[in-house]
Parts: sequence; structure tokens; C-alpha cells
Amino acid sequence: MNFFDFLQQNWFELLTLTREHVLLVAISTGLAVVIGVPLGVVLTRITSLQTPILGCANVMQTVPSLALFGLLIPIPFIGGIGSRTAIIALALYALLPVIRNTVTGIVGIDPKIREAAVAMGMTESQRLRMVELPLAMPVLLTGVRVAVVISVGVATVAAAVGAGGLGTYIFRGLRQNDNNLLLAGALASAVLALIFDFALGRIAKGFEIGAPSGGVRRIAALAGAGAILAVIIASAFVPLTRSSDGSEEAFSIQRVVVGSKDFTESIILAEILGQTLEKRGITVERQFELGGNLPHDSLLSGQIDVYPEYTGTAFTAILKHPPLTDSAAVYQQTKAEYAEKFGLILSPPLGFANDFAILVRGEVARDKGLKTISDSVAISADWQAGFGQDFMSRADGYPGFSKAYGFKFAKQPREMDLSLTYRALRSGDLDLIAGNSTDGLIAALDLFQLEDDRSYFPPYQAVFIARRDKAQILDSVLLGLANAISTEEMRRLNYEVDGKKRLPREVAQEWLRDK
Amino acid sequence: MVNSLDYQMTEKNEKISFRSVVYRVGETTILHGIDLDIYDGETVVLLGESGCGKTTTLKMINRLIEPTGGEVIVEGQKTKDWDPIELRRRIGYVLQDAGLLPHFSVEENIGLVPTLLDWEAERKRVRVTEMLELVGLPSAKFAGRFPHELSGGQRQRVGLARALAADPDTLLLDEPFGALDAITRTKLQKEFQELVRTLNKTAVFVTHDLHEAMLLGSRIALMDKGKIAMLDTPQGFAASDLPLAKLYLETIATR
Repeated sequence: MNFFDFLQQNWFELLTLTREHVLLVAISTGLAVVIGVPLGVVLTRITSLQTPILGCANVMQTVPSLALFGLLIPIPFIGGIGSRTAIIALALYALLPVIRNTVTGIVGIDPKIREAAVAMGMTESQRLRMVELPLAMPVLLTGVRVAVVISVGVATVAAAVGAGGLGTYIFRGLRQNDNNLLLAGALASAVLALIFDFALGRIAKGFEIGAPSGGVRRIAALAGAGAILAVIIASAFVPLTRSSDGSEEAFSIQRVVVGSKDFTESIILAEILGQTLEKRGITVERQFELGGNLPHDSLLSGQIDVYPEYTGTAFTAILKHPPLTDSAAVYQQTKAEYAEKFGLILSPPLGFANDFAILVRGEVARDKGLKTISDSVAISADWQAGFGQDFMSRADGYPGFSKAYGFKFAKQPREMDLSLTYRALRSGDLDLIAGNSTDGLIAALDLFQLEDDRSYFPPYQAVFIARRDKAQILDSVLLGLANAISTEEMRRLNYEVDGKKRLPREVAQEWLRDK
Repeated sequence: MVNSLDYQMTEKNEKISFRSVVYRVGETTILHGIDLDIYDGETVVLLGESGCGKTTTLKMINRLIEPTGGEVIVEGQKTKDWDPIELRRRIGYVLQDAGLLPHFSVEENIGLVPTLLDWEAERKRVRVTEMLELVGLPSAKFAGRFPHELSGGQRQRVGLARALAADPDTLLLDEPFGALDAITRTKLQKEFQELVRTLNKTAVFVTHDLHEAMLLGSRIALMDKGKIAMLDTPQGFAASDLPLAKLYLETIATR
């Protein structure tokens, strides 16, 4: 599909995401201005506070955005998943340029002008309102402009905490190996940044003194730039009519919030569950594409009611047990501990397991006659391995794995986004990766899964984890999905989405229909 | 407020008095006990080199600076008992290079103190026009201009008009003509002299230029290292034996 066809088919979703994006940026920058400008003014009055406060704001900006989002999630009231966390994180980022430029703008005013203002008998507040703020305005607005442009960029990361926006396309594009999605997300946010930058730049210029006279032209430019901004921001607040898929019934008692992790398989499973529930007349709200431990945290805090999980992940990453290889034991123990510790219920296994799959290029496996992981150890000394962040850090991931098999890579394995490792393996940049056994790309890219001959990896049976207070609604549905999906079937479903670029919603629908 | 002084109304009426005024910043003493009476309607020039304390002395009159010792009395009341905002609004102030607000038009700059005093729009407009005519700038041409669209001399005229707008009894001028070229300066000095006399204002004028001091001052206070070295009329100054005064007189002679 070429990019223009893609746009034609998806313009509505793109518009919706752009709207969410603008909303995130507008609200967060607005917040930053409301807090930052008064704070900046205070700093010009109490100069001893400048160093500590500007220092704090500075540090805030050096925190990588994803880390900041992560840090905010567990904080009550301001944290959690969704746009609130994103808005607060973005506002924190925007704070520094706003405060700094307010201070710089006011401090930079000619002392003679300030002296004149005092000597004419202005009160403190008159001086601020009539002299300091108007004269600081060009510098102050430059700060806002910087803040907005930063926010447009950082807001793409907000998709990782379920806040939506154009980052949704970027993350999805990375995951699904889809350049159209990537391009659409990146291009739209770049265009947005340029428009904001231009319009705010014009407005700041309008406030400059000594611009060649011709007040009318200046006012016209100001009005024009203001109008552009107003239209963009206002349109973000106008509801898009087509986006209503049952959200009017949000007050229904039989309402379930279905969450998913941030990869294709999890989304398909969540979609299958969601559509099954909808068929029974239950209102479903979707909180998909949550990264890291977010789904678990959200489940505990009640922001979602159910999401697909893997027994091995729950057992090692959440319950912090050392890896076990007996799948039945892992399931039973996880189920018991989840009930006891968290008051959460595990559904019966869905029928397939998504184990870690150690992958090499198909032609390498064939040339060298590789079958098992042990086969590869001997020839892997100068290989470049690459793993997702998850695999690098978890107990049953890289550290234990390399030890168990005695891998000795000369080069430090690359830690990168999981979805990118597939591409990198195919292109030859990497020689060995840890993927997921149900991944549709394994067949699509002609990759070969080495057998885990030492049974190192714990079993990753797919299950749903749900809140007990929704058990009544969910129980029968979950029972109906027990053993319903085989590994081959899951691999095929994943490929429909990742390989054929179809929507998870359609793929899930089709599967439910054929069932 | 002036009532307590009414009985003194014979001929000389103190408008501003300095009583043993001292000003210290940390260890440094800027003013070592200034005593000075400034009478209604006269122009006192504070003359001296930079750093001698003349501007500090001036700024104490409208409480831009507060003395660390002694007291300054304006219209019979100690400055520290005045509300600084009220005090400043009733004293005109002219800065070097005018100190106009760059984002205000000429009209808005001149109307600033009347605005702060909540004058009605019409009264303000009439007054601004009057002031512009008074300083020789036709209102129709200049009212809407911005400071950066004026020459240095024009800016200084606007600065003067602004100081006079609310009709204060007293004017404080901090080297108002220092940044102007010689011809413009001479012209403005003459016009200022005329203006102060006709309007009968009390003026305190800071300069380092003896020529200007002789021309404009009813009396000249020669300041040196935070003290008043001599206080006399221009004639008295010209006849002085004081070495520092002689040095100043030489600057005129060699011109």
C-alpha cells in the first residue's frame, strides 16, 4: 500500500490522533504557562530562589521522557494511565523554557525603564502589568514557543502510557514494521510543530518594539497567527462525530475496561475478548497498548478490568519467582498467588504459549545446520546479538539465558526496541535475537527458531487476568475462550496484522466469525 | 501637610530639607551627613563627578533610595512617613535619555502619571496636548509616535512633558541633557530655564557640567566624596577660592 492510499483510508483516524495530540500539547503548555509565568515573576522578586528552582526545572528536562512518564504512573491523583499523566509530564517539560524565559525577559529590561516606572509612582503590580510583562512578552513568548515545540515531540511518547496522540501511529508502526504508520505519525507531528512554531513566532514578533511602523500590518499578522492557533486548538475540543463506537452507553452497569500490552498479539487477544463481550451486550472500553508493567498496575488500581497476560511473565516478572519449566505448575502457582496477593483471577489457558524464541536468519540455520540453541553457541562468538529492553532486564531473560547455554559474545548485545530486532536480524545488522514464538514475522521474514534444548525458558501460556469484581460478567466468557487458540492460529493472526497490515479489530472479528 | 509651615511663609519656604543624611552600603559610606535646604521655586543644581553621591542624594527625595541615617523632609513631612507611591506621583522625575516606556506611545508616556492618578480620558487628552505644545512638539504629529521613532532631543522633551503632566510642584532631573549633542543640549537648556521660571517649579538638577549648572541653578551644591563641599549662587561659585571649584571653573575657561 503506498502512503497516499494509506492516508486516504486512514485520514479519519489520523485526524482523531492529531486532535488528541493537539489537545495534549495545548492543555499541558497552558498548564505550564499558568504555573511558569507567575513562578518566573516570583523569581525576579526573590532572586535567591532562582538557582534552586531553575535547577529543578533543568533536572526535570534532563529526565528522559519515557522515564518521566514511568515515574509518574504510580503517584496517586496525578499518575495512572491515560492523558492525565501525559499532560502532567508534558507540563513539567514545558515548565523550564517558560520559567526561564519569563525571568530572562523581565531581568533583561533596561534598568532605566524600570527606574522610570518606579519613579513615576507605579505600584508593584502596575509595574508588572504595564511595564515588565509587556516588555518581556517577546522573550516570554519565545519560551512558550520552545515549550510547545518540545511538547509536540515529547507528546508522541505519551502513547506509551495510553494517552493517545500521534505517538500511537509511531509505536504501532514500529511494532508492526509499517512504514506508512511511522511516516504518518512522524510527518503529522512534524507539521504540527512547524505550524505552532510559525504562528507563535509571528505573535512574538508582533510584540517586539521597533518593528518597522505600519501598525495595521502588524496587527494583521498578529491576528492571522492568532487565528491559526485558535482554529487548531478549538478544533481539538470539538468532538469528531464518527468516533462514537458505543461510548454513549458509558453509563451502562455492565461495563468492562479491557486493557492490552503494547504489542500486536496482546491487542488481538484483547480485541477478541472485547468483541465477545460486546456481542453479549456489555459495554467495552478499550485501554490498549499499555507498555511495561502498566497493565498490571492499572488492573490493581481499577483503571482496567481485564487484560491478556502470560503465565511465565506473571510468575517471574510480577511475582518475582525464579523461572520454572513445568507449565502446569507455573499456572497453578500463579493462579493461587494472584488470588491471594492481589485478589485477581486467572482465566483458563487460551490454548497457546508465546514462549521466547531464539531466532537466527533462516539461511544461516540451513547453511550451518543449526537446530538447537546449543548448536549455535560454538559459532556465535563474533555474532552481534540484539534484544528488547524487556528481555535484557528480566530474571528469565538474557543474563540467565547466556549463562545457561554458555554464550560468549565478543560484542555486547544491543538493547533496542523488540519490534526493531526482527528487521535488524533480517537486514544482517543482528545475528541472533529473542523474539516471540507466535510472532507472524518469523515466517514472513524467513527466520528460524532454535530449539530450547536445555528447557531454559519458562512456559508463557496465554491467559486473561481480571479483577474479581468483574468475575460475574467475565467468567463465562473467559471459560468460552479456554483452549480456543492454537499456537499456529495465533501466529497466523499476528501475521494478518503485522505482515498484511490489517487492523487487529478486523482480524479478531474474522476469527470470531469463523469460530 | 504644609499647614505646620504656614507661619513661616515670610519669603523663604523650605520645600525639601536634608538633615544629616547618611547613606551606607555595607562598609562603604556613600553620603557623609548631607544638610541642605531647598526652597520653593528655586533650582538647586547638584554638581559633581560621577560617584560623588549626587544622584543618590536626588533619589532620596522621592524615596527611590532611603537614607541609612538622618532624614529627608519633603513638604514638611519626613519621606519615610510618606506613602512612596503618593510621594512619587506628586514629584516629576526626568532621567538621562528620558527613560520613556518603549511600548507606550508619546501620548501614553506623557499621560502616565495622570493614568496612575485615574484622571478622566478627556482631561488627560487635553493635558497631554497642552504638555506637548509646551515642550514644542506639535501634538498632531507626535502624540501617536513611539519613543524609537523620536530623536534624542525629542525624547528628552517628551520626558520633560511626562514629568510635568500631573502638574507637580517639584521636579527632579538626573542629568537630563547629558546624552544629547551640544547644539540640542544648549537649546533644551535654554527652554528648560524659561519653563521652570514661568511655571514656578522647584527643581533639583543633577549634572557634572558646570556650564549647565551656572546657566540653570539658582544655587549650586558642589559635591565631593559624599559631602557638600560648597553651596552658593552661580556668582558666588565663580568667585570661590575652593580648589575643587577652581578646577571646575577652568573647564569652562578652556572651552
